[in-house]
Amino acid sequence: MTHSTGDVSACLPIHSDLDLVRVRQHVRQMTARLGFGLVEQTKLVTAASELARNALVHGGGGQMECTAVTSGGVRGLRLVFSDQGPGIVDLDQAMSDGYTSGEGLGMGLGGARRLVHDFSVDTRRGSGTTVTVTSWISRPPGPREAP
Amino acid sequence: MPEQRTAEERTDPVEELGTFLRRSREQIAQRWADAALFRTVFTVSRDEAVEAGRAVVEALAAVAAAGRLEDAEADGFAVVREQLARTAHSRARTGATLAQISAEMDALRPPVNDLLLDELSEAPAQHLRECTTALTVLMGTLRLVMMETAMSAGQELINRQRLELLEIATPVIKLWEGIVAVPLIGTLDSARSQVVMETLLDAVVEQHARIAILDITGVPTVDSLVAQHLMKTVAAARLMGAECIVSGIRPAIAQTIVHLGIDLSSVLTRASLADALAYALQQQGAHIVPAPAGEPE
Amino acid sequence: MTGPAAFPHEGHVPVLRLGEVLLVTLQGDLYDSTAERLRQDIGQTVSDSAVEVSGVVIDLSGVEVVDSFMGRVLSDVAAMTRLLAAQTVVAGMRPAVAITLVELGLTLPGLRTALTTEDALRLLGAEVSVPSRDGRPRGERP
Repeated sequence: MTHSTGDVSACLPIHSDLDLVRVRQHVRQMTARLGFGLVEQTKLVTAASELARNALVHGGGGQMECTAVTSGGVRGLRLVFSDQGPGIVDLDQAMSDGYTSGEGLGMGLGGARRLVHDFSVDTRRGSGTTVTVTSWISRPPGPREAP
Repeated sequence: MPEQRTAEERTDPVEELGTFLRRSREQIAQRWADAALFRTVFTVSRDEAVEAGRAVVEALAAVAAAGRLEDAEADGFAVVREQLARTAHSRARTGATLAQISAEMDALRPPVNDLLLDELSEAPAQHLRECTTALTVLMGTLRLVMMETAMSAGQELINRQRLELLEIATPVIKLWEGIVAVPLIGTLDSARSQVVMETLLDAVVEQHARIAILDITGVPTVDSLVAQHLMKTVAAARLMGAECIVSGIRPAIAQTIVHLGIDLSSVLTRASLADALAYALQQQGAHIVPAPAGEPE
Repeated sequence: MTGPAAFPHEGHVPVLRLGEVLLVTLQGDLYDSTAERLRQDIGQTVSDSAVEVSGVVIDLSGVEVVDSFMGRVLSDVAAMTRLLAAQTVVAGMRPAVAITLVELGLTLPGLRTALTTEDALRLLGAEVSVPSRDGRPRGERP
């Protein structure tokens, strides 16, 4: 059972290079504030960067919704990336490593999935793609990682 | 039920129980202070035991007044939860089992029941029965709350110890200038492998270590997940500019690795920590030579 | 988006020249376009230089995130400089970044790495100090 804590949620546009930077910075700040360890912060920020770029490059732009959530007393951060692009034709192929339809190393979707705890894609041809990812705080941050 | 009884004399049994508890809280608290549960926790001062008992009775009265006898989440309990947790915790620490604590909780009911019977000696049997039933339900809920807090206190303790163990079980040893080692002992699971990886890589930065040795002599088994973690650690160390050596792969583990079809060819391995250190020193430009004969060892 | 450190670089990352080595220090969060331009700048400098360039050092110690786009830029720079007989060394990558890259599936096998910029310069220096009067490409491994 996942509850949205509701008090910390934001919606960021993804329409340019600058927006990618903003997405990364926002996710970094949120994960730091929620108490994610440094490695977990970096993983989620990197996943956000991949997915935001996907939305920008393949979906023609979109948005990211960022919500703090709790489940069974564990806190986490949920990111929802959505675009109104052409959708992903072959999802299995898109998820496999090395597949790329543009710039990059072809690690976008498959790579992002390995960086988060929960991952789901909803795509329909012609009506866009929504990718939802969630990561949970697995352990308290070490002394070095405290914000 | 006799019709001539007026409403204000015989009200709803639950409400009546609440009123009774509030009125008799002093007597109940006094009797509870002698019960095992309170006596063994508040060994120093009986007054403290009475004080604690009074708080619990008041909480029960509040819960009864709210008519939420069976609701462990009732507001009244929230007030005493901390008190109960302290009590349960201290009983558990002195070696009491959950069953024992539960029995001690049961022992709290009879004194209250006796007082209730005295108070209602004039009341009709039906009403008396309803009131004692309400008391039994309420005490049952109290026991549930108590068990719950006792168990969650235990869980917290386990969680904390698990984390502490992870930290303790991952010591980083500086073997030489620029050489660090992590000797691993015990089973590696995913969470621990993660901690090992982070600890080792942090040490690489802090110690400016060009070579990091992961010694798995004390690891009983290596499955494909652990092997994967080892390979990831090696790859991450390389990205940072350090070389990571895995040492102490025992023959049985080597066999398993081959059997599982895991390719460790990208990982630099050495049979023992000593071999790994010799290799590392050589990489640093240092050589170990036997002392010339005649010199003291 | 508060402190100056959090501000992204737009436009240009300076490429410093230290003898035969180019030093690029990346800081904070980079725009894709900035990284793209850096790739071109390094390629230009390596191929245009009047004096031969034997190595490129990219200092990542101030970088908190390297995603697959940035990873590709690093790989490209390495591949490109190798074609021009020079070496690329990535220095000072943070542990969290390294772990994330590995998890992402990017182990960047073509890249050489060093703990710090000094180590990277020493790495290149040691290799280019091998006499190359016979005209062999510099930076070749013994």
